[in-house]
Amino acid sequence: MAPMKYFYELTISSSPHAHSPVTTRTIMRDVLIALLPALVGSVYFFGFRALMVTLVSAAACVFFEWGYRKLMHLDSTVYDMSAVVTGVLLAFVCPVTIPYWCILIGDFFAIVIVKQLFGGIGKNFVNPALAARAFLFSWPVVMNTWVKVGFENAAGVLDTADVVTAATPLSAMHQGAMPTDSLLNMFLGNVGGCLGETSTLLLLLGAAYLLLRRVISARIPLAFVGTVALIAVLFPQGNDPLAWMGAQVCAGGVMLGAFFMATDYVTSPVTKWGQVIFGMGCGALTMVIRYFGGYNEGVSYAILVMNACVVLLDKVGLPKKYGAVVKEGTKA
Amino acid sequence: MAFSFFGGIHPKENKWYAEEERVQSFPEPDVLVIPMQQHIGAACQPLVKKGDYVTMGQKIGDGQGLCVPVHASVSGTVKAVEMKPHSSGMTVMSVVIQNDHQDALCPDIQPRDAVAVAKLTAQELMDVIREAGIVGMGGATFPTHVKLSSGIGKVDTAIVNVSECEPYIVADDRVCREYPQEVLSGLRVIMRILDLRKAHIAIEDNKKAAAEALRRNIDPRSGVVLDVLPAKYPQGAEKQLIQAITGRQVPSGALPAAVGCAVFNAATCKAVHDAVYNGMPLIRRIVTVSGDIVMQPMNLLVPIGTSFNDLLDAVGHSENPYKVLSGGPMMGVAQFDLSVPITKGTNAVTILGHKNRFAVDNPHCIRCGKCMEACPMRLTPLLMYQAERNGDLTELKKLHLMDCMECGCCAYICPGTLPLVQSFRAGKQRLRDAAARQAAKA
Repeated sequence: MAPMKYFYELTISSSPHAHSPVTTRTIMRDVLIALLPALVGSVYFFGFRALMVTLVSAAACVFFEWGYRKLMHLDSTVYDMSAVVTGVLLAFVCPVTIPYWCILIGDFFAIVIVKQLFGGIGKNFVNPALAARAFLFSWPVVMNTWVKVGFENAAGVLDTADVVTAATPLSAMHQGAMPTDSLLNMFLGNVGGCLGETSTLLLLLGAAYLLLRRVISARIPLAFVGTVALIAVLFPQGNDPLAWMGAQVCAGGVMLGAFFMATDYVTSPVTKWGQVIFGMGCGALTMVIRYFGGYNEGVSYAILVMNACVVLLDKVGLPKKYGAVVKEGTKA
Repeated sequence: MAFSFFGGIHPKENKWYAEEERVQSFPEPDVLVIPMQQHIGAACQPLVKKGDYVTMGQKIGDGQGLCVPVHASVSGTVKAVEMKPHSSGMTVMSVVIQNDHQDALCPDIQPRDAVAVAKLTAQELMDVIREAGIVGMGGATFPTHVKLSSGIGKVDTAIVNVSECEPYIVADDRVCREYPQEVLSGLRVIMRILDLRKAHIAIEDNKKAAAEALRRNIDPRSGVVLDVLPAKYPQGAEKQLIQAITGRQVPSGALPAAVGCAVFNAATCKAVHDAVYNGMPLIRRIVTVSGDIVMQPMNLLVPIGTSFNDLLDAVGHSENPYKVLSGGPMMGVAQFDLSVPITKGTNAVTILGHKNRFAVDNPHCIRCGKCMEACPMRLTPLLMYQAERNGDLTELKKLHLMDCMECGCCAYICPGTLPLVQSFRAGKQRLRDAAARQAAKA
């Protein structure tokens, strides 16, 4: 071979040599930005402890992810920030009164058992945060203690004496009655419930950001919320079907579940029609559990069950490849 | 015509580096390496030997079958006929010419006037095009005379491709701005051969000046329609352009003639004009030399056989290159030896700096489905990747891996930075190997 004129260290690789600025890290960053309004609202409604629980949960998830990869001699994946998202989401679906030891168990379960043991990011078949929440119901009292919202709890330090076990809108609705809270309060989030799920308004604000940034598509959330609303209107309890529908949609975890949990790429179908069916299935199961289940909330279990169906839904509506439909040669 | 094609992406265009640079002649190098294989098909046999004197435009290699001749791009002495590295990464039999800087023209090269051209039959025109060594100059390098002869009677729509959707590259843009009449004249020859009344010129809306230059020169009676398409990668891919212009889809494995279309690059049209009217074979081409670390991006009229090193010298660069590409960043081939020559299909040399390195630690699939949305062939890259990793050849065939054209949309868009295209290349090789094994058994 002729001698080379220069001796640059040239990099050889397969094309393409350009990459979109959007990576897993930027997607996760966008999800965190979208969760921020709800977090601020949660601190406003439930006090400083909401922030502490969220931060501890996020930090623990990152730690468990880092530690597991280190122990197993695998590449570290904390840089992609998916562990932070899992941590925040798990905190969002727990009561603000949850003891720190309990959320740490949940973080461990989400990251190590659900995510890493199946192969890490992209390989888990159920949503880690929701699976951890389901696991934490091994401590039902802890997970079913609700505090009244308002400034009386804003002191920050949680004293067991301050905990007032209060009814959430869902517990009233489980009895077939309209909740005592007004629809407006439910929309704003000024009601009892999990740490990050109460404010429909602030969650929608974050969801709008994700939709605008095209991080998520509207298919799953619309199918999910639409199905919940439809079933509520068709089978109302109480006098006003529309008020009942509003309460069903705003109460509990429907908004958080539809826009932030069911849209998780890893555990939702990749095809468009698969996503629509997935969303409808989530909505229908949520209502079945709410109407007929022993427990008054069904969003997390509905999503977990649908997660398990993804392998089938992936086969629905796979694209027809280019050239499969040949248009007959119309004269141009 | 308001069609579009499936999927696609919008990479940063980076055309501004070189788009306002006029085409300049390149100070001719002392030594040129002219490969005997610059097209798809059979390689040429060298017609000269060491020590021979060659004139500019003299045929120095030819062959049988799917093959076009190659010509000396300068005059001088043959220094060697030997295997040399090629920008495809292979080594190819090449003729090395020591330039005497006289540019003594081959006596066979005679211009034809319009009357002489009008007398030529379609077959004679195609012979002229073959003898001039013309191939598709957008990069695919399919012999143009074969595309023409196989299209007669089947093709109802000829399309001139000025999409040039790859970032950085502006060679066709400059061709249309500076030689619009030659491009249109070449198109008229093509229309005559194919016996067409109508033809399309497809250009993306990011090349306003080129579109304007063409529009000014199009004769309204010629049946040529200028289609300005919204810029999207890979518009310039043959099948995608056909879909964007006519709405037709080329069946897998078939040629565009199957749906009545034939696509010609703008530079190819100019080469056809040069061959038919000036008798000039394809010995020079316009190359965009650009990149984010290039000091003076240029569009150069380069003799075929000029080395990448000479072009790097001409433009200069502000840091040691990270990658040097033959072509653009989406489909270009990364070079390891810069002594490789410019060939008929090299429309650009792109020199990239180290900030083009992107994270590839722990590549992973998060099942976001962006690859499926971006795939212009509507394939399922994430499933294909999984099947390739599993070595599942049956599944790969079922997923139509062979329809993948390696445009790179999926790998560009993948947030987990999976090496998708690389995996598909490996998968295709596995399928070809398996087919060969089966054929050997039978």
